[in-house]
Amino acid sequence: MSAAKAKTAKFSSPADLTAFAEKAVKKTEKRELEIRVCAGPGCLALGARKIYQEFEEQLEANKSALKKKGLDIKATLSAKCTGCHGMCEAGPVVTMEPSSLFYTHVKPKDVEEIVLKTILEDEIVERLLYHQEPRKGGGQVEHYTDIPFYSLQNRVALRWVGVVDPLSFEDFVAVGGMKAFIKALTEMSPEEVVEEVYQSGLRGRGGAGFSTGRKWQGALRVKKDRVWLICNGDEGDPGAFMDRAIMEGDPYSVIEGMMIGAYALGATDGYLYVRHEYPLAVENLEKAIAKLTEMGLLGENILGTGMTFNLKISRGGGAFVCGESSALMRSLEGKVGEPRAKYVRSVEKGLHDEPTVLNNVETFTCIPRIIEKGAHWFASMGSENSKGTKAFSLVGKVKHTGLIEVPMGRRLREIIYEIGGGILNDRPFKAVQTGGPSGGCLPADKLDLPVDFDTLSRAGSMMGSGGMIVMDDQTCMVDIAKYFINFLIGESCGKCVPCREGLRQVYDLLDKITNGEGVPEDIDKIEKLCHTMEVASLCALGKSAPYPVTSTLLYFKDEYLEHINEKKCRAGVCKKLITYDINKDCIGCLLCKKNCPTEAISGENKKLHVIDQDLCIQCGICYDVCPVDTVDIISGGVIVNRAAETPTKEKAKAAAKS
Amino acid sequence: MPLRRYYAHREGGTDVIETAVQVTELTRDEQKHLDEIFAKYPKEEPSLIMVLQDVQDKLNWLHPDALDQVAEVLHVPRARVQSVATFYRAFSLEPRGKKLIKVCMGTACHVRGAKTLVDEFERRLNIKAGHGVSEDGMFSMETVNCVGACAMAPAVVVQDNYYAKVGAKNLEKIIKQERQS
Repeated sequence: MSAAKAKTAKFSSPADLTAFAEKAVKKTEKRELEIRVCAGPGCLALGARKIYQEFEEQLEANKSALKKKGLDIKATLSAKCTGCHGMCEAGPVVTMEPSSLFYTHVKPKDVEEIVLKTILEDEIVERLLYHQEPRKGGGQVEHYTDIPFYSLQNRVALRWVGVVDPLSFEDFVAVGGMKAFIKALTEMSPEEVVEEVYQSGLRGRGGAGFSTGRKWQGALRVKKDRVWLICNGDEGDPGAFMDRAIMEGDPYSVIEGMMIGAYALGATDGYLYVRHEYPLAVENLEKAIAKLTEMGLLGENILGTGMTFNLKISRGGGAFVCGESSALMRSLEGKVGEPRAKYVRSVEKGLHDEPTVLNNVETFTCIPRIIEKGAHWFASMGSENSKGTKAFSLVGKVKHTGLIEVPMGRRLREIIYEIGGGILNDRPFKAVQTGGPSGGCLPADKLDLPVDFDTLSRAGSMMGSGGMIVMDDQTCMVDIAKYFINFLIGESCGKCVPCREGLRQVYDLLDKITNGEGVPEDIDKIEKLCHTMEVASLCALGKSAPYPVTSTLLYFKDEYLEHINEKKCRAGVCKKLITYDINKDCIGCLLCKKNCPTEAISGENKKLHVIDQDLCIQCGICYDVCPVDTVDIISGGVIVNRAAETPTKEKAKAAAKS
Repeated sequence: MPLRRYYAHREGGTDVIETAVQVTELTRDEQKHLDEIFAKYPKEEPSLIMVLQDVQDKLNWLHPDALDQVAEVLHVPRARVQSVATFYRAFSLEPRGKKLIKVCMGTACHVRGAKTLVDEFERRLNIKAGHGVSEDGMFSMETVNCVGACAMAPAVVVQDNYYAKVGAKNLEKIIKQERQS
């Protein structure tokens, strides 16, 4: 161990840790300015790391000027990379605390200006501010607290994501981390902890929504020598990245939740099962575990209380079905991740046939908040049977894509239009998909449904892990159904017949329909197959696999019939049913001709271009590149890409600029 | 040179693609990597997936001779090693190019047009998703169910580089850029 590390020697009692936390709080209280560079997945991809480096350099270069302002780089000023701020659409994002100044679309070259103007001169760099939408009054917003995207949220699981430096334990305790663990350890008996969790009404955030308290009570009753505690970070639902953001942005909170769970249930060994597609989450969690072990918060005789908890990380192998608890346990045993029928529950016989408690990342992250603030506080939020808040990833054709957290029971409309800012390019809303491949699509007339476990299930969808994918009129519902079935074919483990073979048959039928070869009887066949899968499959994956199909059939049957009877895809998506055509407004700019990969476009400068339909492969590049939107998508004999009252790309751009 | 046949992953729809792979001997370096990996883990079945992940990381694919050794060292039947290797998407049973292009096929990417990107990569590099290496040995491509970057859909990941909001028209540039770096 190096000399620097030796300073944070092991804590030998809860009081030691409390003293350390108090010191950390005092240190942060001195801070007059904190620069938070978002290093969430979206911002990182857009170069957030470079922005942070640039900040470090610029601050160093202006050290003396800063000092004159009373800002000392180590003591009163801090710049850090944090987890996801949520509004990925505006990335890379930089915020300044305590003023809550919010800069969007920051580039490395803007950093110098921010340091010189904003930090040294207290001037605001206007072009980096968030632009409010014209219909909401327009103008620029300086503070993120004034943006509906943030002001309408209520962050519990995500409360420190985007606030703390994920790699700094000091930062974590400074905002209040580990308080709940100390409270549980010193003031509460294990039974009291379990009772508190039960009273809070917390339901599993992984998708099924089983009461966490009841699961824990069940585990307490089992006679055991050893209990395993597993955190399910195998976030496989496409379109969901809440758990990723939490694991990357606030790894200590996840582990604190597990530590409280370990104390309550007497678990001595634990696993964090993380998807292999999330290397940064693995890295951050590994570092956090190493740090906590080094400080005597994991391992044997934790804080001198005799409690033992060993935590290991296991990287998933990239199989969706491993998000299912029994499959996940098989995978941890080094086997093929096939689920088993759950005649015996895993709290009795799970991993290695020993009692096992498995919860989702977000569930574990809620635990410390519940212990700290009490069950009543948590239960005061949300709807009758779904308590607390839920994180969602709001993505697809919505303006403010990103990560949000709202109390259960918020209406879909509020989430999509108020927080999400409405549909991209102001096109008409068609559907919102929740619950991943096991969920369903809800149409516009369901927009006023409150979002909670039971309401969504009743409407034919489900809560799932929290992916919320918004679709506009350019999304084909048959294609979406086909997409999910194709996804599930790849992910079905193949153990039981209804799932393995049923999916293939449904796929073939859907494929036939999207290729324009469908006949009306196909729909009956699909419905029969779906029913069989629902009742006869072994695990939740197979049982819920038909939902994307049944829900689209329920709400969007006319689209299926259009594909079958009129050979028309109204969204202009199904390639076999569409042709591209250039209309007479073409300005002859040659752009589409240059970009066409099959050289199907002929035409000269300033003259109307023509697409040779024999050569066209419907790749849509011409449609994308056309500066004046003169490429039409034609299906079933009509132009389908133009929604009424839809502003063209140009108008939308002009509106965004004003 | 022996030719061995495998069942590779199913990709897209209902085709099971059988690929014949040209197998060369393990090089001395590769053998060294393997020995290091074996030394790191307890020699028992629960280590299997982690060992295979490390082999995949170091060798870039699961060489059949390496799988033989894994079976022997961990005392796991060779057939079980094969079943685990074919089950998980993270494993490749055929050699890959130097760089792996991952096209995200999450729902958010799908509704924003990711399928077109797959088609275009396949056409431009003359490879299939999940199979084959581009002529210059540089690229392989596969689809990923969701890289968790849904807010920047459609997303393409090449090694550790994330490309956000990719359109078919950007692919040429991405390929060029990655080829040079």
